[in-house]
Amino acid sequence: MIRSNLKPAVISAVVVAILTGLLLGVRLDQQGTTLGLVGAGPDVYWKIAAAATFLFFFNLFRDQLGALWKGLPGLPKAPAKLTSLGDKPALRRLFWCFMIAAAILWPFLSNRGGTDLGTLVLIYVMLGLGLNIVVGLAGLLDLGYVGFYAVGAYGYALMAMYFDVGFWTGLIIAGCLAALFGFLLGFPVLRLRGDYLAIVTLGFGEIIRILLNNMTWLTNGPNGIGGIPKPTLFGLEFSRRASEGMQTFHEFVGISYNSEHRVIFLYLLALLLVLITLFVINRLLRMPIGRAWEALREDEIACRALGINPTAVKLGAFTIGASFAGFAGCFFAARQGFISPESFTFIESAIILAIVVLGGMGSQIGVILAAIIMTILPEMAREFDEYRMLLFGLMMVLMMIWRPQGLLPMSRPHMELRT
Amino acid sequence: MSRPLLDVSGLTMRFGGLLAVDGVHLSVQPGQIVSMIGPNGAGKTTVFNCLTGFYKPSGGKIVFDGREIQGMPGFKVARRGMIRTFQHVRLFKEMTVVENLLVAQHQHMNTNLLAGLFKTPGYRRSEQEAMERAAYWLDRVELREFANRPANTLAYGQQRRLEIARCMVTQPKLLMLDEPAAGLNPKETDDLKALISELRDEHQITVLLIEHDMKLVMSISDHIVVINQGRPLAAGTPDEIKQNPDVIKAYLGET
Amino acid sequence: MAMPESLYYLIQQLLNGLTVGSTYALIAIGYTMVYGIIGMINFAHGEVYMIGSYIAFIVIAALAMFGIESVPVMIVAAFAISMMVTSAYGYSIERVAYRPLRGGNRLIPLISAIGMSIFLQNLVRIAQGSRDIAMPTMISGGIDIGPQDGFHATLSYMQMIIFAVTLITMTLLTLFISRSRMGRACRACAEDLKMTNLLGINTNAVIALTFVIGAALAAVAGVLLGMYYGVINPYIGFMAGLKAFTAAVLGGIGSIPGAVLGGLLLGVTEAITAGYFSTEYKDVVAFGLLILILLFRPSGILGRPEVEKV
Repeated sequence: MIRSNLKPAVISAVVVAILTGLLLGVRLDQQGTTLGLVGAGPDVYWKIAAAATFLFFFNLFRDQLGALWKGLPGLPKAPAKLTSLGDKPALRRLFWCFMIAAAILWPFLSNRGGTDLGTLVLIYVMLGLGLNIVVGLAGLLDLGYVGFYAVGAYGYALMAMYFDVGFWTGLIIAGCLAALFGFLLGFPVLRLRGDYLAIVTLGFGEIIRILLNNMTWLTNGPNGIGGIPKPTLFGLEFSRRASEGMQTFHEFVGISYNSEHRVIFLYLLALLLVLITLFVINRLLRMPIGRAWEALREDEIACRALGINPTAVKLGAFTIGASFAGFAGCFFAARQGFISPESFTFIESAIILAIVVLGGMGSQIGVILAAIIMTILPEMAREFDEYRMLLFGLMMVLMMIWRPQGLLPMSRPHMELRT
Repeated sequence: MSRPLLDVSGLTMRFGGLLAVDGVHLSVQPGQIVSMIGPNGAGKTTVFNCLTGFYKPSGGKIVFDGREIQGMPGFKVARRGMIRTFQHVRLFKEMTVVENLLVAQHQHMNTNLLAGLFKTPGYRRSEQEAMERAAYWLDRVELREFANRPANTLAYGQQRRLEIARCMVTQPKLLMLDEPAAGLNPKETDDLKALISELRDEHQITVLLIEHDMKLVMSISDHIVVINQGRPLAAGTPDEIKQNPDVIKAYLGET
Repeated sequence: MAMPESLYYLIQQLLNGLTVGSTYALIAIGYTMVYGIIGMINFAHGEVYMIGSYIAFIVIAALAMFGIESVPVMIVAAFAISMMVTSAYGYSIERVAYRPLRGGNRLIPLISAIGMSIFLQNLVRIAQGSRDIAMPTMISGGIDIGPQDGFHATLSYMQMIIFAVTLITMTLLTLFISRSRMGRACRACAEDLKMTNLLGINTNAVIALTFVIGAALAAVAGVLLGMYYGVINPYIGFMAGLKAFTAAVLGGIGSIPGAVLGGLLLGVTEAITAGYFSTEYKDVVAFGLLILILLFRPSGILGRPEVEKV
């Protein structure tokens, strides 16, 4: 047994040495124009040796380990409570009410930093939910989602700069603009096969970023756009002094100015947008188009034979998904007050995709949970910041191998025939 | 004779150098049950695929309900009322039985996004009607008790019946069944035969059938078309076909 | 007869385009072979190319530290070691991230591949730093085309090396695929993977080999482009991978001559855009080209159109 595994064990150890020896073991060191090398330090060598030894023994005792693994009780399929939750509408409703109440109370229980972080989470929740329509529900892999996010953000920033458009008008226009981009891109490319679509959308996202970087006359290039107006509440501003013809919130209510009001207001605004998103998606799922998305994912040929136009249905998902990215982008621009093309790189698309994947494609509660994990973990473990993206890539691979359906797989609301 | 519902002339389909279908004629009168038979690999399913827009025929004319439809994309053909099944069951397996029937009614429903988001009365009515039609057809194929079960939990014969119900809720003019009796036991085949006859008699549905079960074909068809090696071999009533020496030769082999 | 300046300018752009294009072709072969056999986009392939560049720089720097200054020795060593290391990467990537996912939904291996790409990029960033690393020019000079005193085009020795190495590599690959037993198995797998498996050929080995060959070719491109541009960083793989994929699609994915044609075409298109319009927009033109090709000829220039199985 062990002898037959000796060869693969040695090979795997040697492969590890080849993989890591040069690339991790030494470090290129640039001194002026000369290129030198420095050793990476004993800790790296120890790690490499440990990895090689581990793989050696792992492969050597593979059969024994496999037997042991089988003996262990299986991993829990999904948290049992949450699965049963999906079955009972009353409990489900109660759970959601509790979640929403907790979310509303959060800024009043937390400090300013916590509220800010909450707003960030909510932006990612919104992006995740939007991409979830495209990837999870319609089964279209969109790697350029950040492009629509950028369209929304720049759409609002530019309109505010050139036409003095306020936040609320801007929000609607940004959503429509992103939807228009989604429509124009989707119209020709949605006929393509899934993996081609992924690359084309990736290319689209890059084109948007390159254009934003280079159309300096319009977008100010890499320097970005600043001074983007903040959102207002029915015309009330959240600043110390009102700008011309406006009134501030603290004067109107008759309390003293506190900069935290604005942070809380932004948080609640983001929460409102997320709730609207959730509402819309839940309705969509129960509508003909939501059913068609699932049917299309299962069997496109049968759909065509039944008179469903696959391109139109996919285009619906693509456009709706894009419009949510547009809303999120507009809110992001208004919250930051400053945007530059750097916020809209491919990595951002990958993070949003990871949220969808981690959460369980198609599952909304899963997406929310994943957005919280993905945003808060790196904040909590600052010392791991260096390794954040590394772990994140690793997680995507492991997730696909271990649990491609995500942490909380979707339980779609099924239509019932009442008898 | 009245105007045919489906009139196919000179249908040709070429894959590279292979002539899979060569000059097939076919005419289906409203209310008829027409069968297409022929040995395996004769090109029957290819004819189906050409008619329903899954393949773009290399030549020939297809007139359906007074309009030429050759080269039209499949979903448009389906919307004109030509609905088909496939050799293998193609249900939406993870969706429930009733949802399969709702998806099939997509083209008839109120798919306006805003109407759905705000649940306008028109939208509610459209959903209600779809649900009622689904319930009616579930009763007809005796699957009502399984309405809320995922489609893949049904037995094979039930899945076949669900497929026919799924076609019927689209309110087709021409129902095209590709080997509906394949894999069914004799009792189920008899039920299928009764169902097809009922569809024609009570719902004025025209049926075009590909089938290998000769007993079924001979007993149910008004008209039979025989295809061999992509070419039309014979056409006529079941009795004529039974007597035709060419057909007998094709089925028994040239030797 | 005096030729106008603009002609020499055009020749120069074409030479530059063909140089970059032939390295795109080398990377594109990795995409096209993997796609031809298992029908997946190996998104991490661009990172393999980047790793190839890093290994080449490390080898050259190491030799220089040991006092070996002979340029041919350095280049040969860079090629050999870089190809060996990337082969190990190609093999391991397939083994770890793709093999467990074969069959089933096509989006799942693609997402895994994206994760792999992010992982490798950051592995190199952490190990080697995110700064640009520059290497002094090893091979300078070239042949001037046109009048010595006026404006002329230059075919540099480095460009000649790139053409020569690409040509040799392609010839070897073609010979391998058309003549060897393993090459025949590769072609059989591309035709019908399941059937080939049923015939008793170890398709796992063939797939692994495909990844190894693709990775080795990416390393060749990595060494060549690393020396040509003289600057690398951990992020070069992303763009190069995207470009090479575009080249593969352009030529018809699954077809090796198509990948070469697509690579050259893309390289020239980019060089012309950069030379006559603006360097900033050359990537936009490349992706625009990809979208157009997919719209009007999804099977690419030399690809076979797919017949849908109903």
